Amino acid sequence: MNSVRKRDLTMLIFGLVVYAAIQGMISGGVIGSFWQLNIILICVNVIMSVSLNLINGYTGQFSLGHAGFMAVGAYVGVVATVNFHLPLIVALLLGALCAGTLGFLIGLPTLRLRGDYLAIATLGLGEIIRIVIMNIEYVGGAAGFKGIPHLTNFTWVFFVMLFTLFFVKNFVNSSHGRACISIRENEIAAEAMGVNTTKYKVMAFTIGAAFAGIAGGLFAHQFYLISPNSFTFLSSFNYLIMVVLGGMGSITGSIAGAFVVTFISAALASFPEARMIIYALALILLMFYRPQGLFGYMEVTNFAPIKKVLDKISGTKEN
Amino acid sequence: MAENKKPLLKAEDVSEVFGGLKAVADFNFYINKGELIGLIGPNGAGKTTIFNLITGVYIPTTGEISLDGKSIVGLKPYQITQLGIARTFQNIRLFSELSVLDNVKIAYHCHVKYGLLETVMRMGRYFGEENEIEQESLKLLKIFKLDEHAYEIAKNLPYGAQRRLEIARALAAKPKLLLLDEPAAGMNPQETHELMEMIRWIRKQFGLTVLLIEHDMSLVMGICERIYVLEYGMIIAEGTPSEIQNNPEVIRAYLGTEAVN
Repeated sequence: MNSVRKRDLTMLIFGLVVYAAIQGMISGGVIGSFWQLNIILICVNVIMSVSLNLINGYTGQFSLGHAGFMAVGAYVGVVATVNFHLPLIVALLLGALCAGTLGFLIGLPTLRLRGDYLAIATLGLGEIIRIVIMNIEYVGGAAGFKGIPHLTNFTWVFFVMLFTLFFVKNFVNSSHGRACISIRENEIAAEAMGVNTTKYKVMAFTIGAAFAGIAGGLFAHQFYLISPNSFTFLSSFNYLIMVVLGGMGSITGSIAGAFVVTFISAALASFPEARMIIYALALILLMFYRPQGLFGYMEVTNFAPIKKVLDKISGTKEN
Repeated sequence: MAENKKPLLKAEDVSEVFGGLKAVADFNFYINKGELIGLIGPNGAGKTTIFNLITGVYIPTTGEISLDGKSIVGLKPYQITQLGIARTFQNIRLFSELSVLDNVKIAYHCHVKYGLLETVMRMGRYFGEENEIEQESLKLLKIFKLDEHAYEIAKNLPYGAQRRLEIARALAAKPKLLLLDEPAAGMNPQETHELMEMIRWIRKQFGLTVLLIEHDMSLVMGICERIYVLEYGMIIAEGTPSEIQNNPEVIRAYLGTEAVN
């Protein structure tokens, strides 16, 4: 039975090696502050895209309001640390709780809608969240929230990201996850097979929103100031692009998508005129030649050579 | 025979109206436990509508449907599946991008007991139950001769195999009553014959009650114990296969009035 657990352990060790390597390079001064910031952003974006993938890719519910939930997590987080002097971990959990609750409340009515109608509704709700925050004087209104302590560092984001990946991977590979996937594949058949489709749509939406809240909290504590303008629908689109580019319904894809998108925009930071053109061209080419995204439904652990190595380590002979 | 047993499924005066169209009118029928019942009728007679009424896709405009003596009117389709009615679809509705094995695994959903925390932390009942689901799914696939295709994508299966997979998936939900909507559609005579044997076998093996819609008369007459004939949403005849074959009303419905004379 425990080949699965051994595989998790292998992945965890791999994660720790990556962590040690990057942390070593940061401490050794090999990675400058610009790339340090971008590595942190990549990790935050991985959390965002994996959680959005749970809604859009696995459950097939087209949500365009993910930045709104991130904003809730970010603002709740900074209020908790700055105004109530709570530790970061509590702030993150509070942000997740608030964003998750909001996701649940929004999800209940809106997830009755299908396809593009749901996309428009969530787009609108994301904007409503942003505008409501903009009008709350307590958190600085349109000018933004200033004086946020710099609590986020690479260690925090990396391990929260690992936890997110672990959580989503386990969720997806269970009866609950299969229920979500069956909704994407054929909602009528899913219902006929005993899946409470409303419950699982709302569940996926709530979990996705909660992780977006955590990502928001980490994001906010990286900067001195956050403003509602960091969470417009354009950033929602950006997360959607990461998911689509990596592959809807693939965790590996979301990691790759977040990495590629963040990396490209960072690498092209010195050519602001060409940046959006190259970015757009890359997307058009990708959709042209690989509409299912870089990974489609595949996970990196399914690729034959990697699977072989993993099986060898965990000592299983799989079919 | 019907009177001394309590029916498993019973419909009383069920009607379904779509706008001005009466798709089903005053539909009365019952199925006893263990029976194999056929529902036949010309195209557009309302057969699939009746399946949709039984499984909760439509709510009857009037009338009462009960399973084991308890009303199931107004329940959601997933709740009715949990109570023990599973179905297949006339136009195949598989989870087409998923593997054959996953298609079956999904249908075990309502029998899974492990919760969200056990899922995410991989604790408690998770491994045991997942293992059990996998073994049982593979066993079901073997019965339907699909075990060799277990890891293929469902949409790549040949048509007949997709039909068999639909039945396997419905059985995974562990129903008391199995509804088959044209299981032999698109099959050749050889495949139909095999399917017939299979339906007989699974009924005995799983202790099932079966209600099937079918146009292939060799199948219906071959395995059904009782047949209901539907025309324009109304039952025009009921009886054993031989009674139905000689019923002038049925011949008229299928072949027109001249055939009777």
